[in-house]
Amino acid sequence: MGWIRKDLLGLEELSQEELELILSTAESFKEVSSREIKKVPALRGKTVVNLFYEPSTRTRVSFEVAAKRLSADVINIATETSSVKKGETLIDTGRNIEALKADIIVMRHNFSGAAVMLARHVNLSVVNAGDGWHEHPTQALLDIFTLKEKLGKLEGLNVSIVGDIAHSRVARSNIWGLTKLGVKVTVCAPKMLIPVAIEKMGVAVTSDIDEALRNADAVNVLRMQFERDGETAFPKQLEYFKEFGITQERLKKAKKDIIVMHPGPINRGIEMSSDVADGANSVILEQVTNGIAVRMAVLFLVAQANEKIKNNEDFN
Amino acid sequence: MKTLIKGGRVVDPANKIDALMDILVEDSKISKVAKNIQGAADKIIDASGKIVLPGLVDMHVHLREPGREDKETICSGSKAALAGGVTSVLAMPNTSPAIDSKENIKIIKTAIQKSAKANCFICAAITKGRLGEELSDFASLKKEGAIALSDDGSSVDKDALMLEAFKQAKKEDILVICHSEDKKLAAGGVVNLGFTSTRLGLRGISTESEYKRVERDIRLAKETGARVHIAHVSCQESLEIIARAKKNKVRVTCESAPHYFTFNEEAVLGYDPNFKMNPPLRSKEDMLAIRKGLADGLIDVIASDHAPHTENEKDIEFERAECGVIGLETELAAAITELIGNNLLDWSKLVLKMSLNPSRILGLNKGTLSVGADADIIVVDPEREWVVKKENFYSKSKNSSFIGRSLKGFVEYTLCQGKVHKWNS
Amino acid sequence: MKEKAKILDKDAIARIATRISHEIVEKNKGVENLCLIGIRNRGVYLAQRLAKCIKNIEGADIPTGALDITLYRDDLALASGQPLVRKTEIDFDINGKNLILVDDVLYTGRTVRAALDALIDFGRPKSISLAVLIDRGHRELPIRADYAGKNIPTSKDEAVEVRLQETEGVDEVVIVEKN
Repeated sequence: MGWIRKDLLGLEELSQEELELILSTAESFKEVSSREIKKVPALRGKTVVNLFYEPSTRTRVSFEVAAKRLSADVINIATETSSVKKGETLIDTGRNIEALKADIIVMRHNFSGAAVMLARHVNLSVVNAGDGWHEHPTQALLDIFTLKEKLGKLEGLNVSIVGDIAHSRVARSNIWGLTKLGVKVTVCAPKMLIPVAIEKMGVAVTSDIDEALRNADAVNVLRMQFERDGETAFPKQLEYFKEFGITQERLKKAKKDIIVMHPGPINRGIEMSSDVADGANSVILEQVTNGIAVRMAVLFLVAQANEKIKNNEDFN
Repeated sequence: MKTLIKGGRVVDPANKIDALMDILVEDSKISKVAKNIQGAADKIIDASGKIVLPGLVDMHVHLREPGREDKETICSGSKAALAGGVTSVLAMPNTSPAIDSKENIKIIKTAIQKSAKANCFICAAITKGRLGEELSDFASLKKEGAIALSDDGSSVDKDALMLEAFKQAKKEDILVICHSEDKKLAAGGVVNLGFTSTRLGLRGISTESEYKRVERDIRLAKETGARVHIAHVSCQESLEIIARAKKNKVRVTCESAPHYFTFNEEAVLGYDPNFKMNPPLRSKEDMLAIRKGLADGLIDVIASDHAPHTENEKDIEFERAECGVIGLETELAAAITELIGNNLLDWSKLVLKMSLNPSRILGLNKGTLSVGADADIIVVDPEREWVVKKENFYSKSKNSSFIGRSLKGFVEYTLCQGKVHKWNS
Repeated sequence: MKEKAKILDKDAIARIATRISHEIVEKNKGVENLCLIGIRNRGVYLAQRLAKCIKNIEGADIPTGALDITLYRDDLALASGQPLVRKTEIDFDINGKNLILVDDVLYTGRTVRAALDALIDFGRPKSISLAVLIDRGHRELPIRADYAGKNIPTSKDEAVEVRLQETEGVDEVVIVEKN
């Protein structure tokens, strides 16, 4: 089967086959970054617009590198959300970008569902680079890609996701993706940061970090955003580290070769200790490398599908 | 001017009529209801195969005038009402300025006289500016023509002030309509709290934020003996509280809206702001409880909570979009499709919920086809299916949850005070 | 699709592989600096067969790689059939080498054009030649085969289907009529 979606908005709507297609395509793209000339002409003449309503360096740069390795032209637009209320609507912005004859919008937005809405209103491709608390599909895909690369398979693995599950798009996308690929997922967080009915997503829930680590083949540690505070009750930083922080001490009780992942940027001494972040179990920098391959695959697939949609091609 | 409606199935529960009959209208009144009325008429409406009902009375409508004429006006809203078979509406006071003084009632009364196509009645604000701080002057509001009071859109948070409001309302014998919502418990939510809010990554609104306030409003009303009507009930727990109160002879009535018996929270999964309303679409179990409440009589009234918003306010990011949907033009067809279609109501009970009960609750002389009554009559083709389309709305705003849906039951004629309107699409 | 004629069978394909191998060795004056690059999908298997033949002739192992040209196509949308991006595997240095690019069918020349672009990104070979099993004509670019198994005049309404043991379980080449 092929890829037929013009957009990548989330992992919830993808089938197992579609997830596997992205992962296998990303494998082919990983080789490109290992060449001396790290560039292929696949998206030559295409324009990718990075539309970021939230400050983000890592994701934006990763998408930019991915697009450039595909020979696309990249335009970065960073907009302060505060000005959005006064300024033009998201749909108008989208249509303006479309009028520039751009081909793909990569969007980061602080409102859940913003990418879904934009995609409904424009004909160009929309890739969700994180919307509110909803989804961050490419982050989850690169996490899953790294996991598969390290452990050789996904089916039957145990993965724990630790941190602010309630406010995490990374957690949601990982849960959808991993469970569809046969991974057993446990989420671990202080009770106040576990969203209602999360178990209906097919995950086990615990607030005991040692329990979460015990059988895990990998642990994905989320970034804690204490600055978010104000509306939800939040634990204090040191308290959090004491109860949920990943330390060598805690890892001793886990599987010897447990993989430690983090979407970055790391708060050292809060989510995990430095010796874990830099230790043998950590694959954090490999995640960054793999992020390029995964995003190249996604950009290529949506561009190809949209081209076919425009040409009214028959997919069968 | 004589209009004869011939051969339709006339359903008029006030007079215990459900039979093939003719209705003769002379000028603005019903002059005769009988089988085979003979004689000359200026206009004859062939209603064979059709259902003839009293015009609907919708006791929860936002006409937006004065202040937000870009969303709706009394003219456009009342035309939309007629197209939906609604001949009388109760206009909510959350306009700009709010209808909280006799001066402001005069403004809206003048506007109604000038441009209303249907019967428009006035609901005034409980508190000045709807701010929940200071009661408005109920006596003068009533004298000027308000037939009910509500801070709809908000609840009066202060218990003592609300208690005083009920006392005054009891004294003036005026109905209080409660938008029962504890905004603190609602916690800035935009969808129902549950698996859906978790899936969508949106803040959730608990049912607790609704039913706790329903409980309080009923308790305070009971203390004072005032009449209270709970607006837009959306969840099971609220219904249980209302059922208990009714059993204990509290003077409480309540309404729900077509979106609560048609949709549930899963409709929000595509982030379409046309499914964003307050209270939010609840769980499937809640939706079924609303249906049951309508079937067994616990819910007295179906009202649309017609809440027009412009595309600029609606077709934006879900979290920023305004709450509410339009409903005047789809409520009858939605009720026919979902409630009559699923054998939850028969035609008489439908008339009760959508015409007679609201008339009685508001003290209006409407909701019947009695001889001498105002000729507010609708002729409905019960079998005709139609697809709800954005471009066919008479309302100035198009924010309907029903767009794209196929509904059964089409209003062919609306007579309002004897004036005949025929609808084609 | 209606099958019109069988052009080559198993033995014929094997004979062609042997012949082309000899030609390559002869033209290259031995196997020094010689490398084979197969274009995905079937070109890879043909390259491996040539490598085997050359080893039989000269007793030397020829470095053999696989090239996926999907990312170098000039028709992102038109990529018919297999839209998947697969791995390029060239685990040797191509600088200064005499590369033999191998594919199953030479038609418009666009695939070869893409392959040339791709190869240039990997280095600067001394020379690149082209070996194909079938040359069916209808070139759209100034490209020709240095080694051709068989020239088959075809019409554009026909398709040439190469079936190999490794992919289809049988070695044969047939002409089919489109639609």
